Amino acid sequence: MNNFLFTQPFFKKNGKAVAIYFLVAIIFWFVFLVIIPQFYMLDLSFRTNVPPLARGGPEDYYTFEHYSHFIFGSKTATDAFNFVDLGVFGRTIFVSMLVTIANLLFCYPIAFYIAKIANPSTARLLIVSLIIPFWINELLRSFALRILFANEGVINNFLTGIGILDQGILFITYDIGLYTGLIYAYILLMMFPLYNAIESLDINQIEAAKDLGSSSFRTHWRIVIPHAQPGIVSGCTMVFMLTVGALATPVVLSSPNTLWFPQLIYQWFNMNDNWSRGSAYSIILLIVSVIFVLTMMRIFKVRIGEIIK
Amino acid sequence: MSADVELSDVSVTFGSFYAAKNVNVKVNGGEFFSFLGPSGCGKTTLLRAISGFQEPSEGKVLIDNKDMSGIGPNKRPTALIFQNLALFPLMSVSENIAFSLEVRGVSKEERKKRADELLELIALEGQGDKKVHQLSGGQKQRVAIARALAVEPKVLLLDEPLSALDLKLRQRMRTELREIQKRVNITFIYITHDQGEALTMSDRIAVMNEGELEQIGKCDEVYNNPLTPFVATFVGENNPLYGKVTGIDGDKAQIETADGQYLAMMNESKKLNIGDESIAFVRPESLFIPRDGDNFDNKINVNIESFEFEGNLKNFYARLQSGAKIKFSVPNAIDTSTISSGSSIALGFDSSKSVILPKASLAID
Repeated sequence: MNNFLFTQPFFKKNGKAVAIYFLVAIIFWFVFLVIIPQFYMLDLSFRTNVPPLARGGPEDYYTFEHYSHFIFGSKTATDAFNFVDLGVFGRTIFVSMLVTIANLLFCYPIAFYIAKIANPSTARLLIVSLIIPFWINELLRSFALRILFANEGVINNFLTGIGILDQGILFITYDIGLYTGLIYAYILLMMFPLYNAIESLDINQIEAAKDLGSSSFRTHWRIVIPHAQPGIVSGCTMVFMLTVGALATPVVLSSPNTLWFPQLIYQWFNMNDNWSRGSAYSIILLIVSVIFVLTMMRIFKVRIGEIIK
Repeated sequence: MSADVELSDVSVTFGSFYAAKNVNVKVNGGEFFSFLGPSGCGKTTLLRAISGFQEPSEGKVLIDNKDMSGIGPNKRPTALIFQNLALFPLMSVSENIAFSLEVRGVSKEERKKRADELLELIALEGQGDKKVHQLSGGQKQRVAIARALAVEPKVLLLDEPLSALDLKLRQRMRTELREIQKRVNITFIYITHDQGEALTMSDRIAVMNEGELEQIGKCDEVYNNPLTPFVATFVGENNPLYGKVTGIDGDKAQIETADGQYLAMMNESKKLNIGDESIAFVRPESLFIPRDGDNFDNKINVNIESFEFEGNLKNFYARLQSGAKIKFSVPNAIDTSTISSGSSIALGFDSSKSVILPKASLAID
């Protein structure tokens, strides 16, 4: 057995020690960090919510109740569907899409400027100034935005102070602060795939298009964007996934009247002490997000290999 | 439709560096004109100035007598073929060719019709649906030409487009380019560092060195009557013989070198006086092993060092008494079995096949 393993090309190529290290690290990562937690959660989501002591007892059995609760609400409810949770879920998905699109529209010109127009020293300066704010934790960045957007915050005080407004704008109440915070939170994950994709475009392609009479808009539409498509899909996928699953930003910036879906999950886990239902809601979020991304990839005809390039 | 292109006192500077300096040249409509020079001599900069990607720092570019200042590359009647061709890899061959029509809002049927016509011109009928990467190097070349011609430019600019091809293909493409130019009858401005390319295709060439024009003229004129030692040694090969002028007889001058005296033709615009430091040039193919009845007015004694067989030619590398190197070529058909390394022979050359110029630096220094 040993001999069989060590004569594999993988071992010959990397040497025994390195090959074993690779194997152990990859197996640990995959089994302990990916498979076991996810499967545990999947299992939990189909079980009744019982105290730890009752685990394995007659009260602990497999059920669809948590999934049906998401769709139909509690058994005692009068509504046909669980409009509250479905509403939060739908809004989270919808707003995440808008956040992703806004992110793309915001990042594309900047990424193009850094990759193709700015001289090298300006480009470096811009990249560094994009990165530095992200040395600070997401939660703290959200609080910083809260200080800007609060009813008595920096922006309102400034606008009322110079007399443009009589009354402050309710940025937080109308979730303007939340949307801004979500767009800002994962902007680098849009910026870098875009930058990488655009940067690899031969400048002659742009010049050739121009020489053939193409307007600047059309050159982007026909040459730059098709070339950058894998980067665009990669950035959109990451931003969408992370936005849908964001917790810190909504906790700090969302209006008291609205909930972000991960906040709901958090409530089931922590405040209602119902891990099974929290798990079920997590699984729902995961599956819908994955389906959403796969659909997008199919629509834009991008393969997974191109995204992770 | 072809157009004249005129560069009037064009200089292009990058900081304090002159990429092109006071360039004056007029390319006639319908002409195949080449800028020839070593890499870094500023020829690509000039091409970018004509196409509009680079505004001249001084001077003007005129196309059809119209000043092009401030007119962008997408508004000029020129089309540029890039060194790496810059075909669009995500589009089909037809889409590439018809791109310029697409951006002008030409209808799909019209675009297809025009693309098919151009595919026929470049002998790639029926291959319009292929992707660019499915084509061979020569085919890509032709697609790039068709794409540029689709705009119906008055001037086609070519930036060393053959440099990536292998020798045979390059030679074939030379003939093809020349034929296409005659068929479409527009002005071609060609950039190259390869004198063979420039000489075989062009009506006229301009030799450039360090941002400045050294000489403009017909190919044989530039080859036979170089104006500067740079041109003499950059266009084709030449043996320099350094010395001082000791006598002048009409359009010929006598030069005294460490190895003897030679007679050579003076250029009308580069008259010499007795005592001037100068260089006489004689090409390897103009040096002959004298046979009975030959009567050369210059004789030169050399020691053969080595020999190289090129196929059609046999090249001999030799030294003069002073140690100066000299190369001469003999057609393969001539028997040279008596010449061996180490032997000493006398060569002859005609003063009418040799030029004498004021001393200046060579291309090969």
